[in-house]
Amino acid sequence: MNTFYYNLQVIYILWLRQIKRHFRSRARLFSSLAQPILFLIAFGFGFKSIYAAAGQGDYLQFLSPGIIAMSIVFSSMFSGIEVISDKQFGFLKETLVAPVSRLVIMFGRTLGGASVAVFQGFTVLIVTLLLGFTPCSLPMFLIALVFMMLLALLFTTIGTALASFFTDMHAFPVIINFVIMPLFFLSGALFPVEGLPKVLDVVVKVNILSYGVDGLRGSLIDSFAFSALTDFVVLAVAILIFLYLGSYLFKRMQV
Amino acid sequence: MIKVKNLTKKFDDFVAVKNISFEVKKGEMFAFLGPNGAGKSTTIKIFTTLLRPTSGQVKINGFNIEEEEGKVRKSFGIVFQDQSLDDQLTAWENMDFHGVIYGIEKKQRRQRIRQFLKLVDLYDRKDSLVKEFSGGMKRRLEMARGLLHQPTILFLDEPTLGLDPQTRNHIWEYIKKLNQTDGLTVFFTTHYMEEAERYASRIAVIDHGEIKAIGNLGQLKEITASNSLEQVFLKLTGYDIRDEKASGLDRMRQQAKRWGR
Repeated sequence: MNTFYYNLQVIYILWLRQIKRHFRSRARLFSSLAQPILFLIAFGFGFKSIYAAAGQGDYLQFLSPGIIAMSIVFSSMFSGIEVISDKQFGFLKETLVAPVSRLVIMFGRTLGGASVAVFQGFTVLIVTLLLGFTPCSLPMFLIALVFMMLLALLFTTIGTALASFFTDMHAFPVIINFVIMPLFFLSGALFPVEGLPKVLDVVVKVNILSYGVDGLRGSLIDSFAFSALTDFVVLAVAILIFLYLGSYLFKRMQV
Repeated sequence: MIKVKNLTKKFDDFVAVKNISFEVKKGEMFAFLGPNGAGKSTTIKIFTTLLRPTSGQVKINGFNIEEEEGKVRKSFGIVFQDQSLDDQLTAWENMDFHGVIYGIEKKQRRQRIRQFLKLVDLYDRKDSLVKEFSGGMKRRLEMARGLLHQPTILFLDEPTLGLDPQTRNHIWEYIKKLNQTDGLTVFFTTHYMEEAERYASRIAVIDHGEIKAIGNLGQLKEITASNSLEQVFLKLTGYDIRDEKASGLDRMRQQAKRWGR
């Protein structure tokens, strides 16, 4: 068997494993939907009239892409917890003693985690449609899918990189929340990024998630704050950086 | 099969393995005995490429563990002390996963999975999730999985810990069969002295990271003027209880890991 084909097969089986695990855990399937739905209903309908009164249009239209992005980020980052649970419950050893490169393992895992996250984002998208969200056009909708994948890949690699520092499953969610919350609140997911105070403006522009949110919102309701190209380039470069960093950390990991 | 020369492993200031050298020949059933914290698991982790040695040389199946990692990994199978199955997958899926990451082709993979699941009497349960399995069934599945890629050496770290005598007996019967029919080399650790007495062709006793004695049962009894392996063991390693010290150290190491060191 040639090496390329072999590595592809390994990536596939790692991917498949995560998909199976995800769909076999019903609790995980439903609990991960609860938060985005809560945000959509509480914020979406709560601020609807104020937002309209300020002459900005329909807040649900504005908010929905932000919440879809949020659910993808959460799901991606939390896939890092699988690395820790594999470490804690021993399965990681099974992959680490196998004659396969750690880079390939990291790659298969990342794809698996990212696929689950895209699926999650897509489910939330369907929920927003049911609540009355209307995307602008079909071709742009396909571009939105690309941004969903980029977001998922980026934050899965970040999650995996972070996870390699931990041996304890309980500490990880706390740290992840500590990281995600500021990223989310300061990304323009909830409010427009134009005309912000100077300090906040800088913070938003430094935050990588802003570009994911903008790419997704831009392609779904046709209003980019940056530009599709900027968003794409920033996300792609960030993915490469974190993939490199993540595989270094993963390689170094001992059990 | 296994050649160890001046192997040393240090964790910061703590020396877990001190300059050990020995050899295991093809087709041997080699027992590696020692109290808790003696350095057994560290040694096995080095042999199986999970840890890098600080100094010294190890060859597994003729391959250097540091320079020919891939070939070493293909040469051995391992059953870890604590379980390493994915319990959200079925028995078959666990086996299939293993087969793929060891690069076994599909047709052969299927045929061997069938063969080894039958060997450990789990074929009827192939589609059950592992989380529904008892401790003994999990062990048997791990054994089948470790053999799937037809290794020349099988490492067993406490393969029968926490199992009832019936299951222990079964497991040893499988191993003995493979050792006799296929010439499989087996390197195992155990806390059950009677297992080493009954199944090992040679025994090494390790303590404080050093090999205290090595030889067959008769030789060890002779050196120490004892009449059972238990007595040999106690004479060589002393009567102190080690748990406290080992777990304290483990905790420190755990802490260090948590701080990312």
